Amino acid sequence: MNPQKLRLGLILAAAGMLLALVLPLSGEAAMSLSIWPIGVALTVGAALLFVAGAWRGGAWAVAFGLMGVLCGVATTLALLRDPAIAGSAASGFWIMVAAVWLGAALCVMQLATMRPRSELARRALNMVIPLLFGAVVFYLWEVGIRGFGVSPVILPAPSAAAARFAASLPTLETDFVQTFVRGVLIGYVIGCGAGLLVAIVAQRFSFLGRGLLPLGNFFSALPLVGVAPIMVMWFGFDWPSKAAVVVLVTFFPMLVNSLAGLAAAGHMERDLMRSYGADHRQMLMKLYLPAALPFIFNALKINATLALIGAIVAEFFGTPTQGIGFRISTEAGRMAIDMVWAEIALAAIAGMAFYGLVALAERATTFWHSSYRT
Amino acid sequence: MTNSALALPASGAGPLRHHPLVLRYAPIATIVLALIAIWYVAALLMNWSLVRDGFEREETPYTVSDVIAGTMSAERPLLPAPHQVISAFADSVFGYAPTAPRSLVYHAVVTLSATLLGFLLGSLFGIALALMIVHSAVLEKSLLPWIICSQMVPILALAPIFVVVLGALGLHGLLPKSIISAYLCFFPVTVGMVKGFTSPDPMQLDLMRTWSATPRQVLSKLRWPSAVPYLFASLKVAISISLIGAIVAELPTGGEAGIGARLLAGSYYGQTIQIWAALLAAAVLASGLIGLVDLAEKITGIRMGARP
Amino acid sequence: MAPRIGKSLKPDRTDVTLHPDGQAPFAAPIEPACMSSEAEATVEPVSMPLRLAVDVRKVSLTFETGDGKVDALSNVSLQIADGEFVSFIGPSGCGKTTMLRVIADLQQPTSGTLLVNGVSAEQARLERRYGYVFQAPALFPWRSIEKNLKLPLEVMGFSDSEQRQRAARYLALVNLTGFERKYPWQLSGGMQQRVSIARALSFDPALLLMDEPFGALDEIVRDHLNEQLLQLWHKTGKTVLFVTHSIPEAVFLSTKIVVMSPRPGRIIDVIDCNFPRDRTLEIRETPEFARIAQRVRMGLRAGHSYDE
Repeated sequence: MNPQKLRLGLILAAAGMLLALVLPLSGEAAMSLSIWPIGVALTVGAALLFVAGAWRGGAWAVAFGLMGVLCGVATTLALLRDPAIAGSAASGFWIMVAAVWLGAALCVMQLATMRPRSELARRALNMVIPLLFGAVVFYLWEVGIRGFGVSPVILPAPSAAAARFAASLPTLETDFVQTFVRGVLIGYVIGCGAGLLVAIVAQRFSFLGRGLLPLGNFFSALPLVGVAPIMVMWFGFDWPSKAAVVVLVTFFPMLVNSLAGLAAAGHMERDLMRSYGADHRQMLMKLYLPAALPFIFNALKINATLALIGAIVAEFFGTPTQGIGFRISTEAGRMAIDMVWAEIALAAIAGMAFYGLVALAERATTFWHSSYRT
Repeated sequence: MTNSALALPASGAGPLRHHPLVLRYAPIATIVLALIAIWYVAALLMNWSLVRDGFEREETPYTVSDVIAGTMSAERPLLPAPHQVISAFADSVFGYAPTAPRSLVYHAVVTLSATLLGFLLGSLFGIALALMIVHSAVLEKSLLPWIICSQMVPILALAPIFVVVLGALGLHGLLPKSIISAYLCFFPVTVGMVKGFTSPDPMQLDLMRTWSATPRQVLSKLRWPSAVPYLFASLKVAISISLIGAIVAELPTGGEAGIGARLLAGSYYGQTIQIWAALLAAAVLASGLIGLVDLAEKITGIRMGARP
Repeated sequence: MAPRIGKSLKPDRTDVTLHPDGQAPFAAPIEPACMSSEAEATVEPVSMPLRLAVDVRKVSLTFETGDGKVDALSNVSLQIADGEFVSFIGPSGCGKTTMLRVIADLQQPTSGTLLVNGVSAEQARLERRYGYVFQAPALFPWRSIEKNLKLPLEVMGFSDSEQRQRAARYLALVNLTGFERKYPWQLSGGMQQRVSIARALSFDPALLLMDEPFGALDEIVRDHLNEQLLQLWHKTGKTVLFVTHSIPEAVFLSTKIVVMSPRPGRIIDVIDCNFPRDRTLEIRETPEFARIAQRVRMGLRAGHSYDE
């Protein structure tokens, strides 16, 4: 980024921090930062660090800037503990938040333009930048909620949600087992397995394949989660009906992608196997299936998310007394929104972990595919 | 054994079974017919004990054919026969005025309006965000990973909160549902369009550079045309997700109108056939919407000289 | 006056037969001794009885396209003895690749008979009598080089130890020892093609069918591989059928050149050549080489290969 702009921005941030020393912190009681010496020290320190960053420029600016940001974050978060400030913060507080935001944004922008030489540094950078960005968002969210005093019913602060998460681990665990281990995993295995098997049979008899592919495409697009009440009717309220919904939801994408994958082997490779006098089973195991792996894993990844969504939404239609979907709808009805967010956090973690595992398996088995060599 | 699709008999017109239309549609038609046949048999088997127990309870004499007839026309069947679903569907669509609360058309329109509004908002926002990401390295490095991550999160699970929160803020009806739909479909559109806008060959980009093209010209003359296939692929995904979002959004409040509400009501009151009719309506909506996007894609393709 | 070239490969063969004026008609083959006429069904009249590797009799292959009938092969007859190196040369569409595929039972002729090592083409394929090398290496990217070499051996049911030995032996034959654990994308195009050749030889087929194997490589690599292929042929004594576009390549490598032309696909000329066994690329500058090349070119012209 333009070094002039970086310099200017950091100086502005420093100015903001210094201004906070004089402006009122709370709309309620008249107070300023000067009553809290550590706070003053941190604020002044942050300002100095910003100035140092502006002076040095480049990577040092990022280093100093981030340190200054940390000081600012510590100060603002500590300030929020004061009941006079939380809920009715005034201009002094907000200008400090703005300065922290500006400093962090500048660091992110500067990092994005850096091009380190080593592969390791580049990979590390690619992870640090979004994490930093996310951290800033979380910080603003926290400060905004607590500073403005937003009702926890509308949106709880991340810290409150995290506290609720930690406090409700047993409930979360039962919900997780019910929804994920029983509903999602079992349904996923059955659905994907069935999709692959049907695709293998359909490839053998091309008449079947030509009919199933358009049908599979058609059914993948339908809102299949709507069959949840029917599944409840057939399999009862408990997890089998949710697993059944997951089976249905994961079957069609798997079928379609597997059919495409089994047709992906090139003509030359097929002729090669034929010239060896290979029978169909040998061609399947040695050519069609390995060539289809990238497509199969594509479907497995899509299905990882679809399965979780399917299980949770199926629970919206009725479930005995546990499960992520159940908890979300009942707690939402009770306006216990922080519990809802805790459940959502659980679902997000489960979703990302599941997807990540499938992606790792993909990397291990399809390392040879050209998409890894760009 | 031979793989040559061209090695047909050298005589002019082949037998009917080689006619291109037949080759294309025969497999689908056969499988659909087979599935319907399986459906009938399944309905027979699954409703059997239900119907027979019904006869036993009423202590009326019955024959096997009575039971069979009963399975095909039970009031609360475990699995309604296809003709039952279709007649219930036809009744709900044509039997009531489109504005009556018992008409499926009314519910479909409610869901459809939320879907379309959400789809429009979400897609426009997604395309705009994709444009920003493509032109800003900062956004690409900081925001795009989060958007990609969000695709792994079951966002649909957020639907109840949204409805409740927005309800607490005083928003009811169409708006919260469209916001949920918009939120759901903007992620795949953004990711797809970023792929599309970055899809041009490096050679083509170099060519534009040799002509000193401004970023705007590169966008309008190269990136947009290259992104068109990705656009339509994302729009198809977006519109189906938007529909699902609208349906799910109707659940938490025990909503009164919309296909999701119909599904919920049917499941509460044990009205099996109503559920199936609502599902059929959802399927019709989904295929209709995707068909529209497909049509738009074909028209655009013809105008852009795509291979037929 | 037929000039003497030097030591020939075949014991009783006479020298290269050339017509100095180059004006001979090309509608019928020049050397009746090499080709069977329509009426005869005998082998070439040399005193030493050579086994026929390939015996093609009046083979035709016609197929329908959108633009009408195409005669890929029209009444083609050819005999190839054991141990020969036969090149097929001609423009695209002259049927040379089709000829090879018919011999390999990858396509079936619409009329005519064909024997490979005394049995039908299909039987020869099921008995693994030939190895096929394609225009591209066609290595499986998910297998290491060693596993790629073992692929035909696995299909054909060789034991594990046998597989290992053969893989090592044939890899050494193409001078690629040490690359067992590498993957195809880590090798250059020329090296991949050498692996492909080693793979085709690994199960000791009597016949080697090669369809423009060096077409995708640059000229220098191609020359190098030509020399290597020649040495390989001397070492293994296989019968080689080699399709190519390149006149110098055909003349350099072969004992017999079959010139083909398109529309309909047919044989225009069959040329015998007998260059010394230990020839190198320098032989391409000799006048004898140029004369044979000229005869090939005249055959191509007569077959309208240079017309639009």
